[in-house]
Amino acid sequence: MTQTPIKTSQGRTFTNLVSKEGGVKYPLEAINVCEETFSPLEVAYDYDEIRRQVSRESIAAGPNSIWRYKAFLPVESENPIDVGTGMTPLVKSNRLARRLGLKNLYIKNDAVNMPTLSFKDRVVSVALTRARELGFSTVSCASTGNLANSTAAIAAHAGMDCCVFIPADLEAGKVLGTLIYNPTLMAVKGNYDQVNRLCCEVANSYGWGFVNINLRAYYSEGSKTLGFEVAEQLGWELPDHIVAPLASGSLFTKIYKGFNEFVKVGLVADKTVRFSGAQAEGCSPIAQAFKEGRDFVTPVKPNTIAKSIAIGNPADGYYALDIARKTNGNIEAVTDAEIVEGMKLLAETEGIFTETAGGTTIAVLKKLVEAGKINPDEKTVVYITGNGLKTQEAVQGYIGEPLTIDPKLDSFERALERSRTLERLEWQQTSV
Amino acid sequence: MTVKVLVPTPLQKFTNNQATIECNGGNIDELIDALENNCPGIKARICDETGKPRRFLNLYVNSEDIRFLEGTDTALSDGDEVSIVPAVAGG
Repeated sequence: MTQTPIKTSQGRTFTNLVSKEGGVKYPLEAINVCEETFSPLEVAYDYDEIRRQVSRESIAAGPNSIWRYKAFLPVESENPIDVGTGMTPLVKSNRLARRLGLKNLYIKNDAVNMPTLSFKDRVVSVALTRARELGFSTVSCASTGNLANSTAAIAAHAGMDCCVFIPADLEAGKVLGTLIYNPTLMAVKGNYDQVNRLCCEVANSYGWGFVNINLRAYYSEGSKTLGFEVAEQLGWELPDHIVAPLASGSLFTKIYKGFNEFVKVGLVADKTVRFSGAQAEGCSPIAQAFKEGRDFVTPVKPNTIAKSIAIGNPADGYYALDIARKTNGNIEAVTDAEIVEGMKLLAETEGIFTETAGGTTIAVLKKLVEAGKINPDEKTVVYITGNGLKTQEAVQGYIGEPLTIDPKLDSFERALERSRTLERLEWQQTSV
Repeated sequence: MTVKVLVPTPLQKFTNNQATIECNGGNIDELIDALENNCPGIKARICDETGKPRRFLNLYVNSEDIRFLEGTDTALSDGDEVSIVPAVAGG
């Protein structure tokens, strides 16, 4: 396959990798674990240099993609892989907000992120750009589905070889939506945590760039753009409260890092943003630790329809707990039935069809409102991270059937009358 | 009990660059002490100050996470395979 030559830009803003525990410094290579403490590595930046390079105006004049925030991302190429990822809509919610009794609700809609309709395109665009810079010709990942779609698609665009690992029981849409890009796809007979462990062993010996293993320090930085975009789209202001799904906990911690970086370089005013997280009851190790007041996360074996967030052994669970607690947020879990209701509620009130992870987030939002844990006046942003067309089996059988009619006016009129009667009956049963 | 231990790359400097070593121990705690005897210095890397495996390190006995078994009290039998895997991956 042919790859685009890399042009290196001047004024690199990132300096080294650093251990999250103990602060040991590491060079900017494909490593993800501190050799002393085994804790995750983070990318460290020169914020004075970033402050010199960016302003609200320079960002606004940049590309209509995540690369408008390139100074905050760990890549040196002048021509990063740009497939139009990012700058998804921030929708002011009216009907869902009214239904829940909120006055200031916004929806960050990554169900329409490009090119593969989930937030994963953000992290993969960063990871594959960095992989190319580090000289990898084959990229790989351990995925619950969305990441597989994204890695395969963006690798195809960039002309890189790709081998993707998924649990064998994934939704059909996620398997098909990976195969179409013609990667090597390994369906592993086991859950995500087992896939992940296998990939850790493969990553050690094959010399491939695993986006969420040896490239994880770079990859995860891509999620910061979900924080940057919301701040910019709110008119260069931070929200009061965010609600986001929790799988490994990485997205949650990176939105937090993104907000803090904007404050640090003077792009937005400082403010405490409350961080609340959403899990499915069938895989809720972080929510359980939160509820029990523990600062350690005990792994669980996942059993939920929310497969994209079914990580039983979350690598950043500890940090997600810490952020929720210190910002006065919450972490809640909801049942599979509530997840389906969450998907329907978002679709019926806002016209957004999200996958199970988004259903989880909406259901947790509702639960927090009902428990009085979200003030109706708080400027609240709920993160929708994936598209419902990929997990159709989750709602199959819960959303009614089409009215099949003859091609005749009277057949239509009878069916219409019947549907209105049914609607009235339903309406009388539920309070609006 | 003689078990096979799979050693991750960051710890192989203690094992003469061997990815697998044979070791003895009736349970995980004893195995870690036996590893320390064979490869001095390795215990301080596997365990924190309290003597328990570090938060970001996963230990498996025959592919099962020891936190689903008896933790570091998990008994070992001849021929078991113990893997030490850094947890920082995924998501």
